[in-house]
Amino acid sequence: MGFYFAQLLTGLANASSLFLIASGLSIIFGVTRIVNFAHGSFYMVGAYLTYTLVTMWSGSVLGFWGGVILAAAAVGLLGLVIELTILRRIYKAPELFQLVATFGVVLIVQDVTLAIWGAEDLLGPRAPGLDRAVRIMGEPIPEYDLALIAIGPAVLLAIWLLFHRTRWGVLVRAATQDREMVGALGVNQAWLFSAAFVLGAFLAGLGGALQIPREAVSLQMDLSIIGEAFVVVVIGGMGSVSGAFVAAVLISVLNAFAILVFPQISIVLPFVVMAVVLIVRPYGLFGKPGSEHGAPEEPDQPLTLMSQRSAMVLATAVALLALSPAVAADFTMILLVDVMVATLFAVSLHFMMGIGGMVSFGHAAYFGVGAYGAAMAVKFFDFGMLPAMVFGPVCAATAAIFFGWFCVRLSGVYLAMLTLAAAQILWGVTFQWQDFTGGDDGILGVWPAKWASSDQVYFYVAFVLCIGGIWFLRRAAHSPFGYTLRGIRDSQTRAEAIGINTNLHQWMGFALAGGFAGLAGVVFAFSKGSVFPDSLGIAQSIDGLIMVLLGGIHALAGPIFGAVAFVMIEDWVTRLDYWRFIFGAIILIVVLLAPDGIAGGVRRLLRAVKGGAA
Amino acid sequence: MTHVLEVRGLSKSFDGVHAVRGVDFDLTEGEFLALIGPNGAGKTTCFNMLNGYLRPDAGSVRLRGAELIGRPPRKIWRMGVGRTFQITATFLSMTVLENVQMALISHHHRVFDLFSRATRLYVEQAMALLELVSMQDQARRACSELAYGDLKRLELAIALAHEPALLLMDEPTAGMAPSERIALMALTAEIVAKGGVSVVFTEHDMDVVFAHAHRILVLNRGELIAEGSGAEIRANPLVQEVYLGGGTSFVQEGAHA
Repeated sequence: MGFYFAQLLTGLANASSLFLIASGLSIIFGVTRIVNFAHGSFYMVGAYLTYTLVTMWSGSVLGFWGGVILAAAAVGLLGLVIELTILRRIYKAPELFQLVATFGVVLIVQDVTLAIWGAEDLLGPRAPGLDRAVRIMGEPIPEYDLALIAIGPAVLLAIWLLFHRTRWGVLVRAATQDREMVGALGVNQAWLFSAAFVLGAFLAGLGGALQIPREAVSLQMDLSIIGEAFVVVVIGGMGSVSGAFVAAVLISVLNAFAILVFPQISIVLPFVVMAVVLIVRPYGLFGKPGSEHGAPEEPDQPLTLMSQRSAMVLATAVALLALSPAVAADFTMILLVDVMVATLFAVSLHFMMGIGGMVSFGHAAYFGVGAYGAAMAVKFFDFGMLPAMVFGPVCAATAAIFFGWFCVRLSGVYLAMLTLAAAQILWGVTFQWQDFTGGDDGILGVWPAKWASSDQVYFYVAFVLCIGGIWFLRRAAHSPFGYTLRGIRDSQTRAEAIGINTNLHQWMGFALAGGFAGLAGVVFAFSKGSVFPDSLGIAQSIDGLIMVLLGGIHALAGPIFGAVAFVMIEDWVTRLDYWRFIFGAIILIVVLLAPDGIAGGVRRLLRAVKGGAA
Repeated sequence: MTHVLEVRGLSKSFDGVHAVRGVDFDLTEGEFLALIGPNGAGKTTCFNMLNGYLRPDAGSVRLRGAELIGRPPRKIWRMGVGRTFQITATFLSMTVLENVQMALISHHHRVFDLFSRATRLYVEQAMALLELVSMQDQARRACSELAYGDLKRLELAIALAHEPALLLMDEPTAGMAPSERIALMALTAEIVAKGGVSVVFTEHDMDVVFAHAHRILVLNRGELIAEGSGAEIRANPLVQEVYLGGGTSFVQEGAHA
């Protein structure tokens, strides 16, 4: 009995840490509708700053708690700087474009942190006065855990008082429900947004600061916490702080007990819980309809077929690509295959997000399932390359049909989060099902057939599959199927009213996008000769998002521009020191200069040139 | 005369409040029927039960003998019921022509076609429909650039695309300038006069109703209180009381609560 109680207390202590970071994320989303990937960075910086301050003032109770508060305040200030210099300029950009900007911030913060504190994990001191364990029902419980259990609800109470007893808090709650209305009432939104961002960053910093006595400070803290923090926010209902608290307790306590039964479950448990909650309550436990979308957008322009000149340019580019093996070196061939794979992946994601309006944070799942499907077919069933290349996309489409059935019932950020949950569950399975997937070691020896084993020949295999796939998806965008998907995105009401089964259609769109992501994954697997779990990881999904959003979500050519630029820049930059910083900076520059993506920027540039000539 | 639509005993209550109670009416082939009543009379509730957005507690709605209750809106559309919305709903990222083409594509069961070019399908039929509502000159414009009155006319063209037997128009002139209202309803009346389609519409603007409706149904507090031609309705003391107020309606309201 005592043991279970101890387990419960551990769960509650974890819940407090998780709540601190999730509450800030929820407040920021509620007011600004920004999906803030940099929230994990705030958390990490809070921890590093506290480490420095607390080791400097070591030993004293005041030094510890003073350090914690000071570090959190500094992170709040960092949040203010980021809001003022970056986010404020792009609030009117397409939905989720800010997400790319915050990811640029993540990369920059990672390298700045590396430069200041080094790559070694740092072990902070324990909290003075709370460094022992007390026995409760015979079990040792760290005093610090008990302090955390008290801090969580205390912070919740403080936020509640702030929101219900101050004018500012009332405005924040009002803005969470209806931003336009608050603006119409004459409230200075810019100021409200900054304040919400600072408060959110402060809470994330505080969450990181309080982790010092519990875990080593490391450069992986940012991305390891962000997934779970999103889950908590979504389960609670985006924008709801008390919802975040309930969700944090739910997840942490469930986890504390589930690991007793099934130790491997902790990786996927939060995502399974989120999936179940979203299926039962599509807006989270305390969320309300209408909180799933950002500011209303300008509608897309009608699709037009390519002008003759663009078609010529495109045909020339494809022809040059086809002829490149004659002149290019082997490493260029490999890079070009990477470019084609990334482009097909991005185009398939764009088919879903841009045309279908279904944002996915977990599109890598189907890329990875395609890759693993082919690899496992080769390894376990002795499939040749070509049959495996058919089998992989079929697996991916099947997975997309399964998860898509749940996902298309939601919309906006909630849909995106359910796709993320699906991807994390698949990733967890791949990571832990060692006997079949090789776990962390992946599957090796997935080589092309003998006739295709030279870089040149494999280039043509990849060329046919990827360019063929891209051509097909482009064609599909102009087909009745694609038009119907766009119609449902524009107006679900109108689509229903002309007899369209919207759920079924979106479901099929999801499956098609998943199948082609799987095709990209298959080409990738055979070009590398191996597959690893990170092919379905969050990072791969985010790469896809960046390609689509940077390229320009409103143009069919957007994902092509985005993917080519992304892979080229990545290939060049990753050879440099501090490449994350440079890459992050490039992302921010593009975001700030071309809020409609590269395709939009190019279009405006062309128009300006034409206008100048006329 | 044959009945296109037969509504019997249609009832719906929300949390114990009777929004619509025992509504019966028939619609004759080629009829242009107005459903009117003061705010909160149950017009929209009634309408949403006809087009499948709301499931009634009791009653039946038959289109040429086939029951509509229990079918989703898209099935009801397939059975030959078109509709326009109080607040227009169109595909804003498409052109005017493409909006009509979409309705035709869906009508011909080609939404899953992955290989044709959507913009090349049913161009002539779509143009003919746009001509019917005098929108042919704006066919290539982006739907997002249209004036509100033009959006309403576009919706009418979309609603007629599958040659419906019945057209349901929810507050067709809401939000329009007075001159546009008359024009839109005159256009609708013309289309009805050509034959093939019958119309039920709800409306606030009495000028529009009396100018065009063949027959008028008056709803008050969820019940049909009168039915007849424009002249009959105008002369009906019960209707006058509801619209002009005799004080009694407030007393009754108190008694209900």
